[in-house]
Amino acid sequence: MHQYRRKLLQALGSAVPLAIAAGAGLLRAGNALAAAWNKTGFEAKVAADALKSLGVTGAQPSKEIILAAPDIAENGAQVPVTITSKIPNTQSISIIVDKNPFPLNSIYEFTNGADSYVSIKLKMGQTSNVIAVVNADGRFFAASKEVKVTIGGCGG
Amino acid sequence: MADPMKIRARMEGDAADVKVLMSHPMETGQRKNEKGELVPVHFIQSVIATHNGKTVLDVQWSQAVARNPFLGFRVKGAKAGDKVTVSWTDTKGDKGSIDTTVAAA
Repeated sequence: MHQYRRKLLQALGSAVPLAIAAGAGLLRAGNALAAAWNKTGFEAKVAADALKSLGVTGAQPSKEIILAAPDIAENGAQVPVTITSKIPNTQSISIIVDKNPFPLNSIYEFTNGADSYVSIKLKMGQTSNVIAVVNADGRFFAASKEVKVTIGGCGG
Repeated sequence: MADPMKIRARMEGDAADVKVLMSHPMETGQRKNEKGELVPVHFIQSVIATHNGKTVLDVQWSQAVARNPFLGFRVKGAKAGDKVTVSWTDTKGDKGSIDTTVAAA
């Protein structure tokens, strides 16, 4: 069981250096409107560093962030997460999975009438907290939910 | 080869609810193929959604987003007939794009 889990955790553990650099460069060249890919954040190995890369010094827990995720993920490779922020002037929602090898999962920035809402499916290597971090007018808020994972999803 | 991108946009209340499904392996770089070789990292890093030509959603993804990724978002103040596009770029510089018209509720 432990051997299996170790392999799954390793599966998430790629450092992805060159591909990321190339991807980020091409990204900027190919789509000037897109936000620059947060390399530092996505390569951070602990949630605290990921938060730092997002500019978060302290995030206030908020009940105005509705984080829907299963209590137990049937399949760690496809964990459905839906986040709604009712906080006014929400500019972005970032998702952190604190026990993943690279905790920063994804970042969503809203403009021109987009609702502060996102629904996606994540990979989780093991039971973890899924944390939604909201940036509203430069202030940070967060909500968290523990999702139990029986079969880790990073081995592909 | 996987299916092409799929999108559906429909009015729900005063917002267009959009659901997109992208075909992409979203490889973490640590999975082994049937020959035991490591499959290199390869994933969608950026997704942009526009509504009537204006960017509404700017997304950065990591390799820990699920394979064949699903994305749901909503655009307030949209109307039936409005145009929505979703485009992605991956770590190899490959791109995908799809557009649709918002359907009535």
